[in-house]
Amino acid sequence: MAIVQTRALTKVFRQGQPGAVVGVDLESREGEFLVLLGPSGSGKTTLLRMIAGLEEPTSGDILIGGVLVNDLTPRERRIAMVFQSYALYPHLTVLGNIVFPLKAQRMPRAEREKKAGWAADLLGIGHLLARRPRELSGGERQRVALARAIVREPSVFLLDEPLSNLDAKLRASAREELEQFQRRVATTMIYVTHDQVEAMAMGDRVVVMNQGLVRQIGTPAEVYDDPADTFVATFLGSPPMNLVESDEAVVGFRPEHFLPVGFASGAGPTVKLSFRLGHEEYLGSERILYGRLEGGRFDGRKAVSRQPASYRERLTPDAAAPFEVAEKHLKFFDRAAGTRRAPAPLS
Amino acid sequence: MLLPAIVYVVALVGVPFLLAFYYAVGDVKVGSTDYHFVGLANFSSVLESPAFRRALRNSIVFTVCSQLLVLVCGNVLALVLKDAFRGRRLIRFLVILPWVAPVSVGSIGWKWILDSLYSVINWVLVRLHLVNEFSPPMWLGEPTLAMISVILVHTWHVLPFATVILLAGWTAIPRDIPEACAVDGAGYFRTLFQVTLPMLLPIINVALLFGIVFTFTDMTVIYILTRGGPYDTTQVLPSLAFFTGVLGSDLAEGAAISIFLLPLLVLVAWRMLRTARRAEVG
Repeated sequence: MAIVQTRALTKVFRQGQPGAVVGVDLESREGEFLVLLGPSGSGKTTLLRMIAGLEEPTSGDILIGGVLVNDLTPRERRIAMVFQSYALYPHLTVLGNIVFPLKAQRMPRAEREKKAGWAADLLGIGHLLARRPRELSGGERQRVALARAIVREPSVFLLDEPLSNLDAKLRASAREELEQFQRRVATTMIYVTHDQVEAMAMGDRVVVMNQGLVRQIGTPAEVYDDPADTFVATFLGSPPMNLVESDEAVVGFRPEHFLPVGFASGAGPTVKLSFRLGHEEYLGSERILYGRLEGGRFDGRKAVSRQPASYRERLTPDAAAPFEVAEKHLKFFDRAAGTRRAPAPLS
Repeated sequence: MLLPAIVYVVALVGVPFLLAFYYAVGDVKVGSTDYHFVGLANFSSVLESPAFRRALRNSIVFTVCSQLLVLVCGNVLALVLKDAFRGRRLIRFLVILPWVAPVSVGSIGWKWILDSLYSVINWVLVRLHLVNEFSPPMWLGEPTLAMISVILVHTWHVLPFATVILLAGWTAIPRDIPEACAVDGAGYFRTLFQVTLPMLLPIINVALLFGIVFTFTDMTVIYILTRGGPYDTTQVLPSLAFFTGVLGSDLAEGAAISIFLLPLLVLVAWRMLRTARRAEVG
């Protein structure tokens, strides 16, 4: 396994246009599961493709295992990539797909079949070797793509949204399989997704990107509980963080921290806010309450509260109710730049 | 709703088709209304004829060589036109032009280009001192050169059609696939021969089948350029059937010759139906 580093990595597709990736400095850790998270067009896939060698950087450096790889082909970088569509060769069998990279290395037949068998066993697809990709389910195709990747014993795995083509039910089990796979092979994995649930569930660290820039790098807890700016604050979390403007700053608080008075005991000093319920959504295990703050400096601002369904007390729509947020859960952001700042008084 | 199509197929295809069989087993001649059943006499006469055997061989050579050229050049052109570049629209237009221009007009143009006295090709070759001014190549007058000429002109005519079909196939290959090959360590030729060409096989199949039908049944280029000469060395089955049946007035023998096209066309039609059925099922 190897550490992947980028230094001021930039990619501009058309002169005069904003860069798809702008000055990204990144360093993975040995054997970690690093997630690149962001909305469409944030540059995460372009960044991954540059690391893979499929896109040429406009400027900046890429190092894998301490070696500068800017001029190396994908093969020479000893990386393996799993594409969003898996990119299985449709005319080859599963075995044919798995041995293809070994044939390209001119490995003798006996050795490559042995290796293919090992990879197939590791991923539990030994019984599928004679089938063609069109005869496989989505989850099976993912495993074949992983087998084709692992068989080369790469130093880094790169995965480009491999779960996005799966249905929701399959996605959860495929996610678990991927996590187990990464733990088993203990190889650095860089994973691109726009799904924050995947990022939070799978990542050791998350790189949040937007418009080509890295907004924050941190563990899931760090990016969720301590967002670096309003973009990270609202991108992570569903529903997103409430952001309300005061005179000096933008104040943020998570819906699950915005509760009726008395519900969250032992949270320390709190800020009292009046909340007028507009409508609510019942989701089985929880309720989402949409409404507006009333009175004081935040009068009229929209707010969302998230409560476990076990809270029996139901609010009356269009009636104001006393809510509160613990001071320790309030985040303050600069009004102009959106970046985190020191707490401002709310009096 | 289907009636016009049925009427068309029956009147313009079905009736002449059945008429060909009817004539082939009779003694029909142009200008005569007599008809006597002669069984397979016309067929045995045709099979014994050296002209027929030569025409059959020429048809096979003409079809195989032109289709090989079309496949190679069509793939090259499709590869070139696949990716965007400045002037691509103009190049595409120029590539399509031989197909949209009437084949007879194009062939007459080529007849002048390849003419023994006025050939512009020979003029250039002479100026470049590559050939002797007094014995330039007789592009349509020497047997081998004449066959090469008709193959090249026919290829020029059908190439655009094949290119369009192959281009559709090339652009349908997902971008991921060659990228996966690059990541897997495959070079250009391994990717081409072990991945992309096998993926293109169904579309190549379609282009080839169409091409075989168009080529095997075509006589226009040969009729205009060489009239089947010199000494029947470029005569193919369709042109022989025309010369024998229409110009030679022996409709029965002409019909018998044209029926020999049938086995290959049935085979091609069966292959095309199988391909279409597999595409449906897939």
